[in-house]
Parts: sequence; C-alpha cells; structure tokens
Amino acid sequence: MLVFLLERVLQCLLVLLAVALIAFLLFQYVGDPVLFILGQDATEEQVGALRESLGLDQPALVQFGYFLLNAIQGEFGLSLRQGIAVSTLIAERLPATLELAIVAAVIALVVGIPMGVYAAIRRGSALAQVFMAISLLGVSLPTFLIGIFLILLFSVALGVLPSFGRGEVTSLWGFTTGLFGWGGIKHLILPSITLAVFQLTLIMRLVRTEMLEVLRMDYIRFARARGLRQRSIYFGHALKNTLVPVITITGLQLGGLIAFAIITETVFQWPGMGLLFIQAVNFADIPVMAAYLCLISVIFVVINLIVDLLYFTVDPRLRVQLS
Amino acid sequence: MLKKLLDSDIGYSFRSSPVAIGSSVIASLCVLGAALSGLIAPHNPFDLASLILSDARLPPAWSEGGSWRYILGTDDQGRDMLSAILYGMRISLLVSIVSVALSVLIGTSLGLLAGYLGGWLDAFLMRLCDVMLSFPAILIALLIAGVGRALFPDAHESLAFGVLVLSITLPGWVQYARTVRASTLVESRKEYVLAARLIGVSAVRIVYRHVLPNVVGPILVLATIQIATSIITEATLSFLGVGVPPTSPSLGTLIRIGNDYLFSGEWWILVFPGVALVILAVSVNLLGDWMRDAFNPRLRVGR
Repeated sequence: MLVFLLERVLQCLLVLLAVALIAFLLFQYVGDPVLFILGQDATEEQVGALRESLGLDQPALVQFGYFLLNAIQGEFGLSLRQGIAVSTLIAERLPATLELAIVAAVIALVVGIPMGVYAAIRRGSALAQVFMAISLLGVSLPTFLIGIFLILLFSVALGVLPSFGRGEVTSLWGFTTGLFGWGGIKHLILPSITLAVFQLTLIMRLVRTEMLEVLRMDYIRFARARGLRQRSIYFGHALKNTLVPVITITGLQLGGLIAFAIITETVFQWPGMGLLFIQAVNFADIPVMAAYLCLISVIFVVINLIVDLLYFTVDPRLRVQLS
Repeated sequence: MLKKLLDSDIGYSFRSSPVAIGSSVIASLCVLGAALSGLIAPHNPFDLASLILSDARLPPAWSEGGSWRYILGTDDQGRDMLSAILYGMRISLLVSIVSVALSVLIGTSLGLLAGYLGGWLDAFLMRLCDVMLSFPAILIALLIAGVGRALFPDAHESLAFGVLVLSITLPGWVQYARTVRASTLVESRKEYVLAARLIGVSAVRIVYRHVLPNVVGPILVLATIQIATSIITEATLSFLGVGVPPTSPSLGTLIRIGNDYLFSGEWWILVFPGVALVILAVSVNLLGDWMRDAFNPRLRVGR
C-alpha cells in the first residue's frame, strides 16, 4: 500500500516537474520580458539593471528554481495583454469554469446512469435503441457543433435562452456563481448541456456495458431464483456493482470536463479559464498560458491520484493483489 | 480477390449490415468528393480573381434570391459554399489521415520494440503511455497547437500544418503502442517465433516479418476509429483558431467563419459546413464501429 502510494506520488511529481519545465522554457525563451518592459530604445545599463533585478543574469537552473518557487505560490507575473497579475486573472475566472464543469457533471450522471440502466435491462426495445443512437451521435459530434446547433435552435430560432455570457452572478465568499438567480441559471443551461453531452454518452454506454456484464453473473441468477423483486435486483445488486468503473471514469472525466470547457466557453463566450487561455493564445500572452498549463496539469494529476486511491479503497481485490 | 473478400467471414458481416454498407458508401463519397475537389467543384474558392463580391451572401439555390450558380449559397466574400466545403473536406481529411498514419507508424514501432525487447525501454514507454492517457487527447492537442500558434504567430503555411499534425499525432500514438505491445508480448512467446529464433533469424526480421502481420488487425480497426476522432480534433482546433492556417480553410475554419453569421440570418454559411462535418465524422465512426465488432470474434458469439 505504502509503496504503491509513494510510487504514484513520485510519478505525479515527475509529471508536474516536466510541465513546469515546459512552462519555464516558454516563459524564458519566448519574447524577451526586458524588451517588453523597457521598450526598444533602452540603454545598455537600464537593460543590465533590469536583468539583474529580475534575476535573469543567474544560471538557468537557479532561475528554474525561482520559477518553481513562484509557481507553487501561484505567482506567474503580469499578463502581457492586460497588465494584471496572472493569479488575479485566474482567480477571477476559475469559479465560472468550476461552476460550468460541476453542473455538467451532475447532468451527465443524473441523466446518463438511468439511461444506461434502461438500455441494459430493456435491451433491444425501441427506446433503448434510440438511446444507443443518441449516444453514437454524442460520441461522434464535435462539442463545438453541438453548442452551435443548440444556439441555433434555442437562441436564434426559438429565442428562449441566452447564448453568451454568464448573466447575473452573486458572489459568495469570493466565489461567483449564477446558480442563485433565474438569470444566471438561464445562462447556464445551454453551455452546461453542451459540455455534458459527451460525458453523458460515455457514462451511459459504460453503465450499459457493465450492467450487461453483471447481469450475466451467477449471483444475479441466484437473486432471481430467490424470487427477489426486479427492482431490488437491478438497483440493489446489479447497479451497485457497476458503480466502481463509473466512479473512476466520472472522476477522470472531471478533468476532461475542464479541458472540454475550453471549447464550450469559446462557443458561448463563457468568461472562464478556457476562454482566458484561448484569448491568451491569440495574443501570445505567455504568462497566462504558462499559468494555465501548470494549473490544468495540477488539476489532472490530483484528480488521477484521488481516483487511484478511491479505486484502491472501493475494490478490495486490488489490495490483495498488491500485498 | 474481391470475391474472396466478400465471401469471407468479414465480407459476410459486411453484406448483412446495412449500417456498414451505408456508412462506407457515404464515407467513400466524401473521400472521393474531397480528393477530386479540384475537378468537380463548380468554382475554385482559392482563386481570388474569380470571386465576385456582388455575389456575396447569396442564399442557397432553392430559397428566394438564390441562384443555381451557387447551389449551397455563398459566403461573405462571394465564395461558393459547395466548393469551399469540398476543398475544406480535402484539407480536413488530409490532416487527419497524415496524423493517423504518423501515429500508427510511431505507435506500432514503439509497441513492437517495447513488446519484443522488454526491459527498461518497455517500462519507460508504458509509464509514458500511462501519463499521456491520463490527459485527454484534445487537451494535449490544444496545448501544443496553442503554444505553437503563440510561438510562431505568422508561421509559414507548412510550419502551421506541421504543428497541427504534430499536435494530433502526439496524443494519438499511445493507443497503438499499447495495443501492439500487448499482442507482441503474446505473439513473441509462441512457437513460431521460437522456431524462427532457433534457425537464426535476426530480431528485426522476426519482428517485421513474423510478429507484425499478426498484430495488424487491431491496428486497422483503431486507425479507422482514430480517423474520425482526428477529423473532429482538427475541426475543433481550427474552430478555435489554432488549427489550419486561414489561407487554406478546413471544415472547422468554415464553421468558425460561419459562426459570425449566427445571428444575422445567413444560416447557410454556418449550417452546411457543419452538416458536412457531421456526415463525414459519423460515417467514418460508424464504419470504425462495425469494423471493431467484425474483427473481434469474441463479440460475435451470441449474436
């Protein structure tokens, strides 16, 4: 157990270090910050003084050390485009993305699991086949197209839902959310559905496959033979045993949601981190890009670690195997 | 040869599946249309001289104000939508096929090496795969393409394409490496490999002449499915503005352009490229799905 844990943590640290190195290289060798701050016609001495004060005259390894130290504290300098500290910018945008991702994850779970269960126990029925067809569409349609088609239908043709921005938001201990007002919720509907579709189909297909697998097991046959009610067989016995992989995938997909949020946020002009990143790319705003790179890897690595540990606690077989 | 193929097990599964036949016909039509776009497209959307600005934003032929000169209407610069879509499809397909081919090449080679040689190389590669797989492919692609775009804002066309292909290839090879490694591990313990080794066949020859042909089936299936994924990834990147250079618009770029006309009533600039992308991606995906089932005998039992 301890060895497994240590190995995983070490691996995570290595990945983070690699990402930090890439971010550092970006920072260091793309665009000269001195030139940016002082402009073209600075004297030799000014340049030298600034280089010294920024620590640019130190060996690269020392600079990398400082970069890491700052990165751990969340300091990535100033955004080249907006002149605001990157950490402030991200803190401003993070709640919007988290809100979107969490709402989408809830939608995906609440809709996806029942659909998957139905598709498995009523296999071959008309509705189950409709579900499967929808899921195929959900997997093969690009997220941005789903978003655009939703806007076309609900905002342009029907004119019932807003298509961009967050609407009114309330601030709760520095965390802004639109969930407390109809205006905010209305703005959330289309983006969160768009973001949820892919995960939803994934969860549905997964639940269906796992259910079909489990329903073939002997203990289900015994449960039937004992005359248990259908409902308790399906939900008490079968579904419970399918939930381990569902937890894993959903957990892993939480990171996917944050990644896909880049696309959804661009389509709906949702002021989250993803939009911030895309804007940073278009303006070559390196500090913001580096910060996003580091943040997203931290999120992913942490999620993976947690899911690994969860898996470990939920599935006792794994523990036996390792010890 | 064709008759033999049709009579085979897989041929039978193909003939008896309307989905497989339908999707392969549509997919081949798309590929054909894209490949021959230079010949069959009614206009050349890249020939700036032939663009007539007064023809800009014409609706499709069947609606009021449309003309049969431009069946699917024109965009803001007077480009024929149908021609733009055919040319765009060619670029989309080209990018995805090249990047899938590269992924297959890299993934298969590394997988064979890892599976046959084992040792630290194997351990290192599989660790790397684990790490790569823990990030979604589209995120890796987006980050690479984004960083590439920021590094070379006005890159030369070939460089832009290079970065794009790289960004799709880099997360793509992992699947092949894993699959090939697993089958190589199984194959290389079999007797024919042992026999070949005993009579002194070199390792390189064993891997390429004996092991590779036996692991090629799953690669084909994976590749078909991945072409669909790559088409979508490419379209997404281009839609976000970090994909193909604007001088050679792919389907994603066309949708990006059309997105500006979302609220102004010129729906055809947006909808037709979108529909084309859906048709292309779904048909290739269905074909890949069918192939996965057909090539996997385990799934066929009980049907």
